[in-house]
Amino acid sequence: MRSPASRRPFFRRRKTCPFSGATAPKIDYKDVRLIQRFISERGKIVPSRITAVSTKKQRELARAIKRARHLALIPFAVK
Amino acid sequence: MALYESVFIARQDISSSQAESLAETFADVITNSGGKVAKKEYWGLRNLAYRIKKNRKGHYALLNIDAPPAAIFELERQMRLHDDVLRYLTVRVDALEEGPSAILKSRDDRGGRGGRGRRDDRARDDGPRRARAPSDDSESRGQERSSEAGGGK
Repeated sequence: MRSPASRRPFFRRRKTCPFSGATAPKIDYKDVRLIQRFISERGKIVPSRITAVSTKKQRELARAIKRARHLALIPFAVK
Repeated sequence: MALYESVFIARQDISSSQAESLAETFADVITNSGGKVAKKEYWGLRNLAYRIKKNRKGHYALLNIDAPPAAIFELERQMRLHDDVLRYLTVRVDALEEGPSAILKSRDDRGGRGGRGRRDDRARDDGPRRARAPSDDSESRGQERSSEAGGGK
């Protein structure tokens, strides 16, 4: 998963999805430590274009975040 | 039969032994309606991320369940009626987790890694973390600052 982008002067290496691959962590609404990496300091879900999570895993992640919010493990909004 | 995970939060005023006996009674509800409870976990008194019915803390407990849907209906009905239960979440899962869940694991890590895990928690409780994602709320922060300045005059 590496985009060619040879013409562009500012070439940034394409990041890969943190939830794909052999050692990838399982998305779980109970894993607060993991989920906290994918919410902003205001408690919002960070878009996948920033975190490079694949579309399928982002849906799964969003579901986990919403469950964790319901159980008051993470806040809906900070401040 | 289907596999479920059920987490509920009990009021902070009850003791931890009461919370565990509450989990026991819910487990009995399942077994009485023909299900099995594969695992019971008590997570202890945790800080809630926001207030629920004026509570800042709550006793968390998890039940891993193998039961027919009717048993889950009954369980959720009991949880809704029970005064000590602030909130519950029952999720259908493909496979039940073996061993301690992520919550308990992270607590064990914390002791080994020194202050790091604890600092994460504290950052969440006390205020915004500044290190990450600065672009997210720079706008609103700017507004706050200007309103503060206005109040100063």
